[in-house]
Amino acid sequence: MKRWIGISWVSTVFAFLYGPLLVLMVFSFNQARYTSEWQGFSLTWYASLLENQYLLDAFVNSLTVAFVSSLAATAMGTLGAFAIAWYRFAGKKLFFGLVYSVMMSPDIVMGISLLMLFVTAGIHPGFFTLLVAHITFCLPFVIVLVHARIAGFDPAVVDAARDLGAREHEVFLKIVFPMILPAVLAGWLLSFTLSLDDVIISFFVTGPGFEILPLKIYSMVKLGVTPEVNALCTILFVLTLAAVLVAHFLIKEKKK
Amino acid sequence: MNEKQGFKFFAVFLNMTWFALFVLAPGLMVVGISFLTRDISTFFAWPLTLDHYRELVDPVYAKVLKNSLVYSFNTTLLCLGIGYPFAWFLSRAPGHRRPLLLMMVIIPFWTSSLIRTYALVILMKANGIINTVLLAAGLVSEPVSMLYTDAAVYVGLVYSLLPFMILPLYAVLEKMDIRLMEAARDLGAGSFQVFIHVVLPLSLPGVMAGCIMVFLPAMGLFYIPDLLGGAKTMLVGNFIKNQFLTAGNWPFGSAASVFLLLLMVVMLGIYFFISTRFNRSQES
Repeated sequence: MKRWIGISWVSTVFAFLYGPLLVLMVFSFNQARYTSEWQGFSLTWYASLLENQYLLDAFVNSLTVAFVSSLAATAMGTLGAFAIAWYRFAGKKLFFGLVYSVMMSPDIVMGISLLMLFVTAGIHPGFFTLLVAHITFCLPFVIVLVHARIAGFDPAVVDAARDLGAREHEVFLKIVFPMILPAVLAGWLLSFTLSLDDVIISFFVTGPGFEILPLKIYSMVKLGVTPEVNALCTILFVLTLAAVLVAHFLIKEKKK
Repeated sequence: MNEKQGFKFFAVFLNMTWFALFVLAPGLMVVGISFLTRDISTFFAWPLTLDHYRELVDPVYAKVLKNSLVYSFNTTLLCLGIGYPFAWFLSRAPGHRRPLLLMMVIIPFWTSSLIRTYALVILMKANGIINTVLLAAGLVSEPVSMLYTDAAVYVGLVYSLLPFMILPLYAVLEKMDIRLMEAARDLGAGSFQVFIHVVLPLSLPGVMAGCIMVFLPAMGLFYIPDLLGGAKTMLVGNFIKNQFLTAGNWPFGSAASVFLLLLMVVMLGIYFFISTRFNRSQES
């Protein structure tokens, strides 16, 4: 009896979490334009996406920002994780505080604060401002992920390598880096999805000359639902799903 | 400077500079500008003033803050009510099933909340899928209006934020020592007593973490009422967005942001207070 309550509760919540997404994906293949009745399988809306230059541009912009910002955040965040794990330095507590405050503070506050910074500094909103903003909100996730991995391995390994005459860059490249690689890759993939999906912060820091996909979707949905958006959302969802699955696999690997 | 020191300097300097420039400085700007005067051409100007904070507690705007707090509070309660039993059952699932089930919570955690909100729109709109099904089944004679209601906003907020409640709860419940419950039961406690005196206190840090991770974002997710609620329902997020993009009143929008930051500081303070006391009592 108790078991069945558990199973039905869990299934109901999963149905709630996945039902709408499944419906969205199924209906992106629906022939019908205006109704929600099923009028047959069709790839019409995917084909019409390919002809929509605006959307394709926004998609390429989004991918570019996501790729570059996640790469930069991963490189810098990995260094940051080492800074926290290995070194003492002035302002370490403040640094920790800032890392966690970025993760906890509401997106909108970060969005408007960066908007004010860029406008006051006279920087035109566009690719560069988006890049800076995305690197900033991805960094803490990389730092925390990689830091957990560094804290998890035996520091004696590093000492042993040094005792055996390895130089500092050799210690890093041959010993440390292979050990933290799964966490670094996971951090990169999760940053990529965070960047690709962000709405609120991007909303404030991009300009009219540089459109990105989530904001394009947002304005399209506000104007009215079209089947193209279904197709677009499906593509974006599948893309993030793949990244999350791989990242999850990599994080799990590290625990073994 | 040898190689090691060079690496250290580079790692520390790069990160500290980035956070100082793009987190600390803009954060201080928000606080600073909230005390300055509005200006049409330069956005903000001297003199210092407390006017924006006074305006925030003015009945017209205080109502927005209050509404938003109510939305956040109810959303948090709903997520807790749905998420706690869920996390409990998940943590008691057979060991070999748990990774897959957990994965299924993590996927919506990372995927775009905008896309998931949009999925709700196509379900709930007047000629949407729910109405089509209801009409076809003959359960209703005309479409039920679901979109642009308070209920729709709640569904949207819970839908977006539920995973943020489940994950911290699951983390504490999974680690819980099952023998403690068995001991309580052996000593004659009923299921309810075991829950109140053993399970709930032990899961408190997870409850707090989950509540913070739902309550705070729920204040700022402006696109959810925008897409599901029409214009009449407003969160602090919508208000801040309007101040910056429509009204061009930076200081007022900053003051409202400072309100959110204070809320965050208070909630984190409570969290750390509870979790340090919790850890101390665990040790003794």
